[in-house]
Amino acid sequence: MTHIEKKTHSAIGIEVIGMTMRFGSFTALNQVSLKIPPGHFHALLGENGAGKSTLVKCMMGFYQATEGEIIVNGRQAEILAPQDAHALGLGMVYQHFTLAPSLTAAENLLVSRRDASTVIHWSQEKQKLTDFLGTMPFTVPLERKVYALSAGEKQKLEILKQLYLGCHFLILDEPTSVLTLSEADEVLGLIRQLCQAGQITALMISHKFREVTTYADEVTILRKGERVGQGQTSQLSVAEMATMMVGKPVTQNIYERQPHTPVPVLSLENICCEDRSGLKSIEIDSLNVCAGEIVGVAGVSGNGQVELMEVLTGQRSLQAGGIYVQGEPFRATREEAFKHNVRFLPEEPLHNACVSGMSVKENIALRDFDRDPQQKRLFWLKKRLMRSRSAQLVTDFNVKTTSLDTPIESLSGGNIQRAVLARELTGKVDLLIISNPCFGLDFSAVADIRDRIMQARNAGAAVLLISEDLDEIMELSDRVLVMSEGQITYESPIEQTTLEQIGQHMAGHRTTAWIN
Amino acid sequence: MPLDSPLLQHLARRSEAIAIPLIALAAGFILFALFLLLQGQSPANYFALVYKAGFGTAFSWQNTLTRASPLILAALCVALPARLGLIVIGGEGAIVLGGVAASAFAMFFPGATGLVGLLLMGASAAAMGALWIGLIGLMRYGRGVNETISSLLMAYIGVALMNHLVEGPLRDPSSLNKPATYPLSAEQRLGSLPGLDIHWGLVIGIVSCFLVWILMTYTRWGFSARVAGGNVRAAQVQGLPVGILIVGFTALGGAFAGLAGMVEVAAVHGTANASLASGYGYTGILVAFLARHNPLVIIPVAVLLGGFEAANGLVQRRMDLPDATVLVLQGFVFISILISETLYGRIRLFNPEHWKITPATMRENS
Repeated sequence: MTHIEKKTHSAIGIEVIGMTMRFGSFTALNQVSLKIPPGHFHALLGENGAGKSTLVKCMMGFYQATEGEIIVNGRQAEILAPQDAHALGLGMVYQHFTLAPSLTAAENLLVSRRDASTVIHWSQEKQKLTDFLGTMPFTVPLERKVYALSAGEKQKLEILKQLYLGCHFLILDEPTSVLTLSEADEVLGLIRQLCQAGQITALMISHKFREVTTYADEVTILRKGERVGQGQTSQLSVAEMATMMVGKPVTQNIYERQPHTPVPVLSLENICCEDRSGLKSIEIDSLNVCAGEIVGVAGVSGNGQVELMEVLTGQRSLQAGGIYVQGEPFRATREEAFKHNVRFLPEEPLHNACVSGMSVKENIALRDFDRDPQQKRLFWLKKRLMRSRSAQLVTDFNVKTTSLDTPIESLSGGNIQRAVLARELTGKVDLLIISNPCFGLDFSAVADIRDRIMQARNAGAAVLLISEDLDEIMELSDRVLVMSEGQITYESPIEQTTLEQIGQHMAGHRTTAWIN
Repeated sequence: MPLDSPLLQHLARRSEAIAIPLIALAAGFILFALFLLLQGQSPANYFALVYKAGFGTAFSWQNTLTRASPLILAALCVALPARLGLIVIGGEGAIVLGGVAASAFAMFFPGATGLVGLLLMGASAAAMGALWIGLIGLMRYGRGVNETISSLLMAYIGVALMNHLVEGPLRDPSSLNKPATYPLSAEQRLGSLPGLDIHWGLVIGIVSCFLVWILMTYTRWGFSARVAGGNVRAAQVQGLPVGILIVGFTALGGAFAGLAGMVEVAAVHGTANASLASGYGYTGILVAFLARHNPLVIIPVAVLLGGFEAANGLVQRRMDLPDATVLVLQGFVFISILISETLYGRIRLFNPEHWKITPATMRENS
C-alpha cells in the first residue's frame, strides 16, 4: 500500500489561527482559532448557521478563507483545494453517505483511491485490504454490497475509507444523524478508541451535548460566526455549553399582545408517522394550539419538524392518531382548509408554496382561484377578479415586482415570501401553520413578516410556528415546545422558561436514565 | 414605446413561446437539409416537392388535412398529461385499442347507426383509450412508476393486443391476406365534410382542441392541473386533489387518442387491422412538443407535419428516397425542440425582468 506509506502513519495535529470567512458583506466566520493536538477528539458545537460548516469547509479547501492560517503538524499549510487537504492527510466524513450502494464494501474502498490502477488485480488488492483491516480495531463485511449494510456499518465503512486513503485527521460532520442511538454510541466509541491509540485526530461537528460530553476531549462552541467558548469537556457543564451555544437573550418582547380566551383550534392526538429515512418515527402524544396564541416549536433541524409540517399539510400519511381542527378531523383537503380557515406558510416558499414558472398574479391566486367573493366554489376562472385581487394584495403587502405577470421566481426571496403572506393572511384566519418563515431573508423582510404573523395572532388566529431560529421562537411565541428525536420533549409558557432550558432540551439532553 | 409599457412587456413575454419553437423548427430543417446534401440530394427540391404534394393543390390539402386529424388527437394525448408535468409517449397504444373498440362496437351493435350510433362508437373508443392511458396515470400516482417508460411499453402491449384481437376473436373470416375485423356497414361509417373529400375527423380534432383550450385556460381544473404540474408540493399544501388530477388528465388525453383510433376505423380503413399502428401516436408527440402543449397551436402544427407525411409518397417516387426520410426529418426537429427547451428565460429580449438592469433597480428589487 504505497499510497499510504507516503504519508505519516500516526495522528496529525492541527491548529487553526484567526480564521475569517466573508461572503460579500456577510461574515460567516470571524477570527476563529482552535488547536487540536494529535490523538485528540475535538467537538464543534453550535446552532444552524453558527459557522461550523464554513470552518470545516475552509479547512478542507472547499472555501478559501478570507483571513487566517492552518498549521498541520507544526508546519503552515496552504490548502487551496480539497486535493491539497487529502495530500496532507485530512479527510472528511459527511452527514450523508458517499458510498456507492450497488458496490461491495471492498469495491467502495478501492474505487475511492485516486491512484487505483486501470486494471485491478482483485486477489492482490483483496489481500492488501484484508491486511489493512487487520491493523484496524474494527471491520465491516468486505464482500457485502453496501445497500445491504446497516447505517452503522456504512458509517464505519466511511471512516475506514478515510483511514484507507491515508487520512489521519478526520472531520466528521454530524456523523450520527442517520444512526440509531446504539449505532451512534458504537461508532463514536470506535473513533475515540482510534484517537486514543494515536492513529487519528478527530474534529466532530455535533448538535448533541450527550455525544460531546461522553466522547470528546475538548469542545469549541461557535455562535454567529464567533468562537464563544472553548475548553475541556470534563470541565464544562452542559448548562454552560447550552448558554454559550444559544447566547444571551437579545430580543425583548416588542409586540403588543392581545389576550384571548384559550379555545383550542388545532389538536394532535397520539400521532405517529415515519421519518424521512424510514428508520425512525415521529411520535407526538398531544399538541394543542389555541385561538390567539403562537405556539413555537423549537428544535435542531432534522428532529422531525419537516415531517410534522408534512403531516399537517397532508403530504405525509399518519400511521396512527388524529389531527383535529376546531374539533373535527382534519386531513388537509382544500374543503377542510376553507371550512376552518386554515392557512400554511411552508419553509422555502419558492420551493414549497409557489409555482416558480407561474406569474405573481397566479401565485397570489393559488389559494382562492376557485372561489368567488362569497367563497362559493367556481368552475370558470374569474380572471378579472384574479387580477384585481392580486393587484390590491401586491400593494397592501408591499410586494416589489416588475408587473403582475412577472414569473414569481424572478422576485427576491423577501418579496416571494411577502407574496405568499399576502395570499395566506388575507381574510379570516383561524389557524396558521408556519415553518421557518424568515430563513435566508434580509432584516427588513424579517421584521415585516414577523409583524404580519403577530397581527394574525392578535386578530384571533391560532398559530403554530415551527422554527429553527431560536430568536424567532423567543420573539413571537406565547408558549414554547421543543422537538427532539421526533418527539415533543419540553413544553413551557414563554415567560416561565429560559433560553438555557430550551437549548438543553434542543440538544437532546433529557435525563441521565435516557443516556444510559 | 417606453420600456416599462405593460403592452410591450406583455408582447415580449408572449413572443418567447412563439419565437423559440420557430427557431428550433428552422434549425431542424437546416440539419435535415445538410443530411439531404450528404445523400447527394437537393434540399430545395425536397421542400418544393413537400409544398407541392402537401399544400400545393386542393387535392394535396385534402390529403394533408386527412392526416392532420389523427395527429391533432394524438397530440392532445401528450399535451394534457404534459400540463401535469407528465411525459406520456404511448398514445399509439390508445389509438389502436380505440380503433379495436370502435370496430367491436360496430360488430356487436350493427343496428346502432347514424349520429347516435357514431356517438356511442366514439364513446366506446374514447373509454378504451381513457382506460389505457388513465392506467398509466394511476400507476404513476399510486406506485411512482415512470409514466414515460410505462406508456411506451403499454403502447407495445396495446399493439400486440390489437393484433391478437384482430387475428383472433374479432377476425372477419373473409379477410384472408390481411387479418381484419368485420367491415363497418356504410351506415356506420364516418362520412366526409359536405362538398369536400375530408372526413369529419378533422372537425372532431379541431373542436377537441378548442374544448381542451377552454378547459386549460378558463376552468378551475385547468388551473389546478397547471399548479400540480408546476410544483406538486405547493399543490398538496393548497389541498388540491393531485391524484384525481393526474388520473383524470391522463385518462382524458387517452380518450382523445382512442377517438383518433375510432376516426381511423370509421372514416379511413372501415375495419380495424394492423394499419392502425401507423405511427400517428409517435408523430403526435412531436406535434405536441412543437406546439408547446398549447391545444390551439396543435392544430397548425399538426397540419404542417401532416403535409410532410402526405408528401412522403411523392418524395419517395421523385427523389428515390426511402419512406423513412420523413422520420429523419422528424427526428432532427424533435432534437432541436428538446434542446431549445433550455433557452426559455435566458433570452433577454423576451424577459422584461432583465431589461435595464442597473444597480439602482437591483437594490430596489431586493
